Amino acid sequence: MRLLTHNMLSSNIRGVVNGFPLRIEAGKVVEKNVEINGDFLKNMFVKIDWKAFVEASQSMGYTELPEEADSSMLDSDEFLNRFHHALLELHLEEGALVCPETGRRFPVSKGIPNMLLHEDEV
Amino acid sequence: MGSRPELVAPPEIFYDDTEARKYTSSSRIIEIQASLSERALELLALPEDDVPKLLLDIGCGSGLSGETISENGHHWIGLDISPSMLNIALEREVEGDLLLSDMGQGLGLRPGVIDGAISISAVQWLCNADRSSHNPRLRLKAFFTSLYKCLSSGAKAVFQLYPQNVAQRELILNAAMNAGFGGGIVVDFPHSSKKRKEFLVLACGQQSMNSSLTIGKTEDEKGFSDHDDEDEDEENHTVCFSDRHRRPFKKQKNNKNGKGREWILRKKEQMRRRGNDVPLDTKYTGRKRKGRF
Repeated sequence: MRLLTHNMLSSNIRGVVNGFPLRIEAGKVVEKNVEINGDFLKNMFVKIDWKAFVEASQSMGYTELPEEADSSMLDSDEFLNRFHHALLELHLEEGALVCPETGRRFPVSKGIPNMLLHEDEV
Repeated sequence: MGSRPELVAPPEIFYDDTEARKYTSSSRIIEIQASLSERALELLALPEDDVPKLLLDIGCGSGLSGETISENGHHWIGLDISPSMLNIALEREVEGDLLLSDMGQGLGLRPGVIDGAISISAVQWLCNADRSSHNPRLRLKAFFTSLYKCLSSGAKAVFQLYPQNVAQRELILNAAMNAGFGGGIVVDFPHSSKKRKEFLVLACGQQSMNSSLTIGKTEDEKGFSDHDDEDEDEENHTVCFSDRHRRPFKKQKNNKNGKGREWILRKKEQMRRRGNDVPLDTKYTGRKRKGRF
């Protein structure tokens, strides 16, 4: 699972008001090279919750993202490269996602988070 | 048509390891899935500005439909309830991210982040109550409201579906409308029972539907709009009505020249409308063979 997907995911357990962001318990992180596309990054930048994104990348062991970012930084190639790397090239292979409110763990195995809810959580 | 998988077992049980492998190794299914997803993407009518979009593939299975999305240069997140299908997707090294999730429980996604959604032959599964805790009406509602929430304004969602009957189609459509979606059903090849395909095209927000979207495909690429379909139903209706008042069945003339060229041409036209491959009409059509044969 990429951080792109992590940034979109929130916990939808019944009664949870703010299920975002899910905390990452990283077990194994892999990197896969993907071609960079500036347009896509600019398009996604407005949708990304930056604070959650930086926290997530730090918990995956990548610390080169700035704490604050605004759209003017998108002109810098260096920033774009880092953004691209963290967004699309880092994969959480094994580990878990943890709901910030209830502490419920969603295990991640082989890169696939198990988001199935128990019957009493729907 | 064989038995419907929905009637056999719940999806996570029906698509076990063997069934998932069978599904993905059949070249026929691969071809059908690819053409369905191609058409769904077409109906999605994404802006043609070459900027990759973030799409959702609901019921992605082994990633056959996702592959079409990747080929068109978009990023996608796929979700499915069957772990076996997702394992096959991993083996096929699909480019999108996969989630093990039940769409009937609602999608756990942030509001307004997804640029569009497609779903190939999946939504009809929601109409089944596979556990005592399942209520199809509530599950459809949870699914459509959460989908509406996570789509960005003006985004579309296209579902290819095989509704079992009219009531089921209505159930799905009502759930979508109640969630706030606008749109309707596009039927491709309405005359053919084999090739007939239904797409539920939904739009989020105030954006009016592009009129070209509501046109279904027919064999000769001539579009039939929803309106034409209605006309046709009316026509069928009158046919049924006049059936009752028809004069007693006249015995077919059976002369030695067979049923005649006109009859053959009419039958061929009929088969063509159903989407079958029919040889061209030529001067040889309906002609008797020479005696030496």
